[in-house]
Amino acid sequence: MIALREVTKRFGDRVALDHVSIDVAPGTTHVLLGSSGSGKSTVLRLILGLVEPDDGAVLVDDTAVGPSTRAALVGRMGYVVQDGGLYPHLTTYQNVALGAEARRWPRARIATRVAELAVMAGLDASLLRSYPRELSGGQRQRVGLMRALMLDPPMLLLDEPLAALDPVVRAELQGHLGRLFAALRKTVVLVTHDIREAAVLATTVTLLTAGRVVQHGTFADLVERPATPFVTQFVSAQALTLGTPAGR
Amino acid sequence: MSIRALLGVAVLGVVAAHAVAHAAPTGVIRVASKSFTESYILAEAAAQVIEQVGEARVERQVGLGGTGVTYRAIESGAIDLYPEYTGTLGLVILKDPLLRTPEEIRARLAPRGLLIGEPLGFNNTYALAVRAEMADRLGLATLSDLARHPGLTAAFSSGFLEREDGWPGLQRHYGLRLARVRVMEHALTYRALVSGDVDLIDIFSTDGQLERLRLRILRDDRRFFPDYAAVLLVRRETVERFPRTWARLREVFEGRLDDRRMARLNAMVDLDGRPVPEVAAALLGTARASAGRAAALMLEVSALTLDHLVLVLVSVAAAIILGLPLGIVAARFRRAGQLELGVIGMLQTIPALALLMFMIPLFGIGKGPALVALTLYALLPIARNTYAGMIGIDRQLLEIAFVLDLGRLRRLFRLELPLASISIMAGIKTSAVLTVGTATLAAFIGGGGYGTLIVRGLALNDIATILAGAAPAALMALAFHVLLELLDRLAVPRGLRL
Repeated sequence: MIALREVTKRFGDRVALDHVSIDVAPGTTHVLLGSSGSGKSTVLRLILGLVEPDDGAVLVDDTAVGPSTRAALVGRMGYVVQDGGLYPHLTTYQNVALGAEARRWPRARIATRVAELAVMAGLDASLLRSYPRELSGGQRQRVGLMRALMLDPPMLLLDEPLAALDPVVRAELQGHLGRLFAALRKTVVLVTHDIREAAVLATTVTLLTAGRVVQHGTFADLVERPATPFVTQFVSAQALTLGTPAGR
Repeated sequence: MSIRALLGVAVLGVVAAHAVAHAAPTGVIRVASKSFTESYILAEAAAQVIEQVGEARVERQVGLGGTGVTYRAIESGAIDLYPEYTGTLGLVILKDPLLRTPEEIRARLAPRGLLIGEPLGFNNTYALAVRAEMADRLGLATLSDLARHPGLTAAFSSGFLEREDGWPGLQRHYGLRLARVRVMEHALTYRALVSGDVDLIDIFSTDGQLERLRLRILRDDRRFFPDYAAVLLVRRETVERFPRTWARLREVFEGRLDDRRMARLNAMVDLDGRPVPEVAAALLGTARASAGRAAALMLEVSALTLDHLVLVLVSVAAAIILGLPLGIVAARFRRAGQLELGVIGMLQTIPALALLMFMIPLFGIGKGPALVALTLYALLPIARNTYAGMIGIDRQLLEIAFVLDLGRLRRLFRLELPLASISIMAGIKTSAVLTVGTATLAAFIGGGGYGTLIVRGLALNDIATILAGAAPAALMALAFHVLLELLDRLAVPRGLRL
């Protein structure tokens, strides 16, 4: 379980998060929705222990994330970022295997797991020897996902994983991620500004703006019972630009 | 290997290099000279005498960069013997203008474990020279005579013009006036005098040119100029260990060389371009078969190539071993890092020659201190570029490394160093190419390398010798550049080169 309790985070004078509380139930997919600067990525970074809250607490499996606990907690998380976040000097295989190498898995076990993940992520096995610069954006993202899943962590944190992709690839990967999350029963926190990703993937959604929670609920709640006019505005603005009606 | 272990190895390496350079083998006399013709000739002649006696082996440390280097070197025991002048000993080394006679100087040197023999005979002091034809016409024989001719013009070297024992003092002592005084490079003043541009120049009384040109030296009739009588300066323990050698040196040199003879020997090198060993043999009256000049030079160049290569490779390797961890540490602790890089940067602002001089009281002379100085000099590009490469790594990639929980060492060696490798290699390339050039300065403190030829060529005003040192150094820099570009392909991971 992942929870934020009344968390406030400032960067200098700027308040990135203002008394934010979020609960993510185990095995569900929680989407943090908001435009850029809303503070949604900061939530992920707090959960990972990359930044510390100025006030309030971040709990992972009932343990407060802090300097003494974060190293242990982070071992239970996979982290996927925009464009994959791959190491350019390592091949696909080496990128994916990093975490397992550090834990001294035997070679054969690593090889089996990587092959398994390639199938799971829909990556052609011939690309395992390629370097990141030789891959397409979609392929890089699949590799990033494989790396996050390598050690089979119970929690998966994704920061705008599909934002850099073209619409066709994005739609395809969205479907793929949805099926994967359902099959693997991971606790997922996904950050996006794309309303359609929320529609396809979310069990629950938190809409953030300017560091505050605007609404918390299912995607249907946002569409059908918007808490403020801003919610309607946010939902419909993107629906218009996408040319498709929001909702399922 | 941990950073601490790397540092340990680096320190050991420097200490070992130093120890090797300092270990004094038994039965060796290290003969040195400063970097001007006369000093080269006298040192070489002394070396040949020592070889003839056979009591000790000879190590030549010739062409050192001036009195500061040679004196500190002999006082610290890095060298054992070199030709010096009483005036320099009194004024520059002992800093007492009242010291005049060899006896007085000898008494003051004794507590320092040094002694001098009797003067060799000539007095290489400042003097003023005029064209012989003009001297006859105006009846000029002494400096006092000069006071009667205030219409003359002069060209003086800048040292003479400024030193209290030069023109300012001389002018007061004799009450001289001149129509015009120009500053000129010493080597050019002779030409100006002969061509009639000026009437009077300052000279050293054993300059080789004096022999060949129709000049008249004006006698210092009221004894203004201090004596610069040549003597052999030697460590007392050398005299005690090799008494036969010392006796023979005194026998051969003391009182045997007058001004004219020394000037003739200087002229053989300066004007005829004969090699120093041959002229030294002429001084001793021994025949010495000399190989062809070009062949001898080629042989020397090839020996010095290895020498120079060792200087560059060892110092750059040490700089890598030290600079990499320093750059890594600077990137990890940003504030302390700025201070650290500031200090390394400051080392760089010390002129290379001065840095070499600073090494003498600490490490003596020769390869050891030269390597230490070159290493310090090679450090900045490597440390800075490592730092720049490390802090230039995308923050997100580091955060992912944290989430992957790789551990410090694995993160460093598997991710950070490879990601910074392009920048680090650029630093190493810069450092290596620069060091090939800087290493030519090692010759000033007896560190060897191509600089030996450059220093000697400059001292003897011999372009061929200068080029024999400078051209291979340039080629070596080029070779290093090409080689390291190739090495780039090995050191920089393929994924970064795509």
